Amino acid sequence: MMRRLCLLLCMGLAGPGHAAPDKAAAALFDPVASVVMSPRCVNCHQAEAPRQKDLGVIHAQQVVRGKDGHGSAVLHCAACHQASNSAQGKVPGAPNWHLAPLSMRWQGLDKKAICQQMRDPARNGNRKTGEQVIEHMKTDPLVLWAWNPGAQRTKPQMSHEEFLKVLETWADAGMPCPE
Amino acid sequence: MMSLNINGKNLRVEAEADTPLLWVLRDELHMSGTKFGCGMALCGACTVHIDGQPTRACVLPASAAVGKKITTIEAIGDSAVGKRVQQAWAEIDVPQCGYCQSGQIMAATALLKAIPKPSDKDIDQAMSGNICRCGTYPRIRAAIHKAAGQA
Repeated sequence: MMRRLCLLLCMGLAGPGHAAPDKAAAALFDPVASVVMSPRCVNCHQAEAPRQKDLGVIHAQQVVRGKDGHGSAVLHCAACHQASNSAQGKVPGAPNWHLAPLSMRWQGLDKKAICQQMRDPARNGNRKTGEQVIEHMKTDPLVLWAWNPGAQRTKPQMSHEEFLKVLETWADAGMPCPE
Repeated sequence: MMSLNINGKNLRVEAEADTPLLWVLRDELHMSGTKFGCGMALCGACTVHIDGQPTRACVLPASAAVGKKITTIEAIGDSAVGKRVQQAWAEIDVPQCGYCQSGQIMAATALLKAIPKPSDKDIDQAMSGNICRCGTYPRIRAAIHKAAGQA
């Protein structure tokens, strides 16, 4: 009984409570944020409509999220966005082009709020561990497209290889968020 | 060399895998009803249906349409909804120059199949990728409502 109580207490103290991380730990999200807050990511982590270009202008053609993030009933993202870039790179493309789920929208969120969304299973697609959280950013072709976007589009500040390193460091530290 | 199912027929075509479907339709098969507009999926003139979904043939690699049902403007009147759309278009006399109208009819038919009684908002969200330089938008909207039996 005492052992179980101790275990529970210890888990409570050392567990994923995310309470008051020290400054150094909180800063671990900064390099992650420098990538995920780039237009290549944020433009599709929107609420009702995707955005375009580095300025993040609302997508032309009145493109909307639709019921499943793939566009309106008959103007799907895939009407134009193919499995790879087309029209000499002018039309971006990657497999399954679509908006991030509504729960994962970053529209209007700052660095801290994005960090909190990413580690919140209620809003991140029920991803519980750091490894699960960063998996999308490690392997999803839609994410990888950001490092090979073509047509002189701006890329994230660091290489994908460097991004993997900062993601893993952040995940290993228990996904600390800025205060 | 690949086989494409176009308007219910399996056709062998010579095109390279990455040739846009629009080139296959127009240049190889001489089906010129589908129009070339911008070549960058910005205007909607080249709209065809891939498994019923409007798709811009100018940016769709032909190989991506293998194994799918391609429908073009030449066969849109074979479906009851497509026929109704064509009739509404003729009755209201929608086209001016006509260049975009194949794409408009393809988009409108897909809309009415998905949403038989569309609201103006449904129409906006389905048709905004189809540009009309002549500005026939009010007549397009009226024709869609008419084909839906709402006007």
